[in-house]
Amino acid sequence: MDLQSQEAISRLAQANDPKLLLVLLGAPDPEAAEISAETVILGDPAYAGALAGAQLGLTVYHVLDDVVKAEVPEDVWEEQIGLMADVLDADALAAAVRSMWPAG
Amino acid sequence: MRPVLKDRMVIALGERDGISGLAIAACATAAGAEVAFVATECFV
Repeated sequence: MDLQSQEAISRLAQANDPKLLLVLLGAPDPEAAEISAETVILGDPAYAGALAGAQLGLTVYHVLDDVVKAEVPEDVWEEQIGLMADVLDADALAAAVRSMWPAG
Repeated sequence: MRPVLKDRMVIALGERDGISGLAIAACATAAGAEVAFVATECFV
């Protein structure tokens, strides 16, 4: 994850109740989605950015996860996500992110 | 079931080869969330 993004997330987590924060990912492949999810839950696995060692435990979903899609008005979803939802493997991406969630 | 997006502060981390941060942010806003940060990364 970009160092600038890590710094911004770190600042937001310090300034707000982390339970209010929700991270939505748009990664195109499960591996990238997993690494980003790991970074905002357990900390930067590369130990390079502001989130190194920061176990923020933020709530994170892939934007293509069914529970996210269900809350977005259909016309907005079609306009913003549209064909990408067909091109990408939504189930695999959602599962990759959920695999990083803490047990329970 | 409790809504996931409504009244949350969303961090939209898009990716150039996937879904852009701006597209994620637009969806989040339409679902009743506040967008706190938007980025579109290039994963290499």
